[in-house]
Amino acid sequence: MSISELTTAAPAVQGAGVKAYTVGMADDVPPGEGRAFVAGGTQIAVFRLRDGSLHATQAACPHAGGPLADGQTDVNVLVCPLHQYAFRWADGTSPGGAPPVRLYPVRERDGYLVVDV
Amino acid sequence: MNAVLGGRIEGLTALHLDDDDLDPRARLVVIGNGMAGARFVEEVLERGGGEQFRITVFGDEPHGNYNRIMLSPVLAGEEHEDDIVLNSHDWYADNGVTLRAGVMAERIDTAAKLVYAADGTVTAYDHLVLATGSYSFIPPMKGVRTDDGELRPGVYGFRTIDETRAMLDAVGRCRKAVVMGGGLLGLEAARALQGHGLHVELVHAMPYLMNMQLDPEAGAILKRSVEKLGITVHLDVFATDVFGIDSVEGVGLADGRRIDADLLVVAAGVRPSTDIAVRSGLEVERGIVVDDQLRTDDPDVYAIGECAQHRGEVYGLVAPAWEHARVLADVLTGTDPTAEYHGSRTATKLKVAGVDVAVMGINTPEREDDEFLVISEPRRGVHLSVVIRDERLVGATLLGDTRKVAFLTQAFDRGLALPEERIKLLVDLSDGAVEVGVAEMPATTQVCNCNGVTKGAICGAVADGCGSVGAVMDKTRAGKGCGSCKSLVKQIVEWAADGDVTEDVSASWYVPGIPMAKPELMAAIRAQDLRSVSAVFAALAPGGVDDARSKMGLTSLLKMLWGHDYVPEKDGEFINDRVHANIQRDGTFSVVPQIKGGVTTPAQLRKIADVAEKYEVPMVKITGGQRLDLLGVRKEDLPAMWDDLGMPSGYAYGKSMRTVKTCVGSDFCRFGLGDSTQLGIDLETRFQGIESPAKMKMAVVGCPRNCAEAYVKDVGVVAVGNGKWEVYVGGAAGASVRKGDLLATVDSPEAVLELTGRFLQYYRENANWLERTYDFVPRIGLDRLKEVLLEDAEGIVADLDAGMQRSIDAYTDPWGQDAKQPATPGQFRPSLPLIALPKVPVR
Ligand code: SRM
Ligand SMILES: Cc1cc2nc3c(=O)[nH]c(=O)nc-3n(C[C@H](O)[C@H](O)[C@H](O)COP(=O)(O)OP(=O)(O)OC[C@H]3O[C@@H](n4cnc5c(N)ncnc54)[C@H](O)[C@@H]3O)c2cc1C
Ligand code: SF4
Ligand code: FES
Repeated sequence: MSISELTTAAPAVQGAGVKAYTVGMADDVPPGEGRAFVAGGTQIAVFRLRDGSLHATQAACPHAGGPLADGQTDVNVLVCPLHQYAFRWADGTSPGGAPPVRLYPVRERDGYLVVDV
Repeated sequence: MNAVLGGRIEGLTALHLDDDDLDPRARLVVIGNGMAGARFVEEVLERGGGEQFRITVFGDEPHGNYNRIMLSPVLAGEEHEDDIVLNSHDWYADNGVTLRAGVMAERIDTAAKLVYAADGTVTAYDHLVLATGSYSFIPPMKGVRTDDGELRPGVYGFRTIDETRAMLDAVGRCRKAVVMGGGLLGLEAARALQGHGLHVELVHAMPYLMNMQLDPEAGAILKRSVEKLGITVHLDVFATDVFGIDSVEGVGLADGRRIDADLLVVAAGVRPSTDIAVRSGLEVERGIVVDDQLRTDDPDVYAIGECAQHRGEVYGLVAPAWEHARVLADVLTGTDPTAEYHGSRTATKLKVAGVDVAVMGINTPEREDDEFLVISEPRRGVHLSVVIRDERLVGATLLGDTRKVAFLTQAFDRGLALPEERIKLLVDLSDGAVEVGVAEMPATTQVCNCNGVTKGAICGAVADGCGSVGAVMDKTRAGKGCGSCKSLVKQIVEWAADGDVTEDVSASWYVPGIPMAKPELMAAIRAQDLRSVSAVFAALAPGGVDDARSKMGLTSLLKMLWGHDYVPEKDGEFINDRVHANIQRDGTFSVVPQIKGGVTTPAQLRKIADVAEKYEVPMVKITGGQRLDLLGVRKEDLPAMWDDLGMPSGYAYGKSMRTVKTCVGSDFCRFGLGDSTQLGIDLETRFQGIESPAKMKMAVVGCPRNCAEAYVKDVGVVAVGNGKWEVYVGGAAGASVRKGDLLATVDSPEAVLELTGRFLQYYRENANWLERTYDFVPRIGLDRLKEVLLEDAEGIVADLDAGMQRSIDAYTDPWGQDAKQPATPGQFRPSLPLIALPKVPVR
């Protein structure tokens, strides 16, 4: 991706060390799919659900490092492609008992994707 | 190799701050984080003990808590180590339990109530529970240890995940293994190692196998079954020497023989881990001596599990350990301060080295007037016996056939009246006794021995609204230990639900997210003209909610139903289908070009070689499907690679038609009765890329010598001479092995193509999602299939042919297509951008 570390907006929630990163264009992430980006050196997977909402998680699966952006999604969970552990959008926990996935706030702003890390 | 099982992500820590003065809760310390210790903590928490106690658990092993029983399947490669984790480090953190993983507790000062640990820490307790389990006993043998007292490299115990990992790591380098000990563990280890291709010899010091559980005749029959697996058994002889300079090279027996081996597993029994108790001045005989409330001779120190000795007994199974955990949790939390443990009657049901074994009570008559009934069928590997005393069952041994275990267990536990014709105890004289067995079983009969779940508890769960076998298992934990009682649990649930909910409702659904069986779903999709996965969810899912786990199955179904007119949605596909390649453990992909019938050309091979070099492919492999696999390809390289290859996709990733294997047939082979190679190529050309409920694999062979394994394929075709071809369906040689059923003998290649298409289409329309033909064909029945496909009993043959033709017409090579124009933006973008790839080994 060409744009990766340009800070253009204030984080949605201010907090110690939280920074907003513009990671790409809004339409880089097609409906229902996920794509991986780098935000300030952190790997992030950004998903657009079929209901239009955006979500972001760490890019590597906490179970065994699977590429989460290649996973499948629904309104409740993200399913990792390697061993099919699910992770809830609500809090990152896994009903199947894998360690939780880290979630990041993400939003669309002027046609760009902005992630708070 | 060193990963912590059930560990936490780096950077997170499971330590809690101990602000002693502020916390009014009593300090409960558990030493040993095995199956008893961890279960005890769960039982305490379930009784609200988190409010009463600040819990600290010491575990010598660095891992979370895992299911030790499942180490056998892990060693056999049947189970992944991640799937045997019971409680991860996170679980402890989430429940406010301090886990000191990897820390050995060394000494207890029972007067000051302090635990001294190997890391130098001192931990105060109010109540202390010892759950230190057992360790593998290593009998004295010359050379078994090196000078520094460690086991010689190549010698392993079989008790922990680390030992299991070390053995798994070694199997690739080793060729000959000796297993010492012909009990449960030794047999399991032998079978597992043998499955890894090692030559295995088993040395047992006793005159017959499993002498702790079986009688001599049963032991002899078990020996035959084990030898049939290809394992050599030496009985009645001690191993006295371990040879080898650096690592093991052989084992010496007491009679002077020497067996060469580069791996030695010692499974010669276990001993309770009592060191810490001895060092701390607690009373120890064989185990740590406890009373009926699991209390040692110190009033605040308890012992549970395999390290405990109760009324003279030390147990070596998990069920008693878990009973200890329950009783002690009742006592300590005050849920039932008078709870007592009175010992376990162990009725064991196991699968040893692939053989079913169930034993309870005594195995031979002990008194003059004991009745003893034996049925012995050495050839079938079956040996059944019962011992009856005063009209009561006092012992039973079932080997190779455990169908009667349910009734016998209850008769043994409850002292039920026994049938006059004693033989009925062992053999069904076909009076439909099984159903009756479940109905008659008293509510208190234990069904799941691992988790101590009774028939009553299962019925209770059904009464509380658990509508399926799965739900009952989740609620009661029945069937969640070794799993050997699952079928009995199912029978009881079905009986308890009284025919109302005899089946898992959702089990009949095609996919979990839409409450419809396949025919109903297909009808609704057609009637409402639903052409995309999102349209199906919107119209048919409860609340219109989508479901990730249903998407792949729906995509497959829609492609079959609509052919060209299906509206594709990338997110409806699994990643493999999205990028037309098979995802690997490190996020790279494998590329398998189509090589029809396994026949290639020098030009193709040259092309593949060039491409492999250009894209630095870490491994090129000849597959089991008669073609070439380029493994470890970066996602972003896929389109360019396909373009360079100029070959169509081999669909090695899809739930679809995969390969047609062939043999060299009549063109070259002196036995060939038909041109199997050409027919294979024609089949693959016609059915390439056809999606289906599960993989479809075919083979064509030129004679019944079957060199391309046609008898064990979804569709297998065999030339039998005079222009005739046999068509077999429902064969398998993967996770299941099954010879296909002969559907028909036809007299031309064209007829083979036609019948194959008809069968495949019937399978596509009627099979459940992920149901392979080896399940589908027996479910429908061969006779029924013949009626429908050969005699057109349902009048659907023309529709089947047309449906298949529609799919064939809709075929496009996905590589040719997407290489030119990505289906969605970023289709081939890497998903792990910062990791240096590939991570698979380069050969
Ligand atoms: C590459 C190959 C092994 C090899 O190096 O030879 C292979 C590799 C995989 N097989 Fe296989 N199978 C391969 C031939 C077979 C065969 C032999 C055959 O096709 O003649 C079988 C037995 C026949 C059969 O299908 O039953 C076979 C039975 C399985 C099974 C068990 C299926 C079953 O129901 O019994 C699975 C698991 C599954 O499908 O759920 C499986 C799954 C897999 C998967 C896809 C595992 C996965 O889900 O990711 C492997 C992909 C590895 C990778 O990362 O690329 N593979 N697999 C073979 C590819 C053949 C090809 O050219 O397409
Ligand atoms: C391969 C295999 C297959 C088996 N199959 C079956 C089966 O089919 N059915 C069945 O019922 N049983 C089976 N068993 C037996 C079953 O696993 C045990 O009965 C059960 O694990 C006993 O639980 P426990 O907690 O007493 O001991 P363990 O599970 O051994 O736990 C003890 C733990 O305490 C730790 N520990 C010891 N001393 C200290 C210390 N001083 N400080 C800190 N930590 C310490 C140990 O490291 C260990 O993790 C099998 C066992 C094995 C090895
Ligand atoms: S290739 Fe097949 S047999 Fe080999 S590890 Fe993968 S699934 Fe198992
Ligand atoms: S790596 Fe994600 S589930 Fe295993």
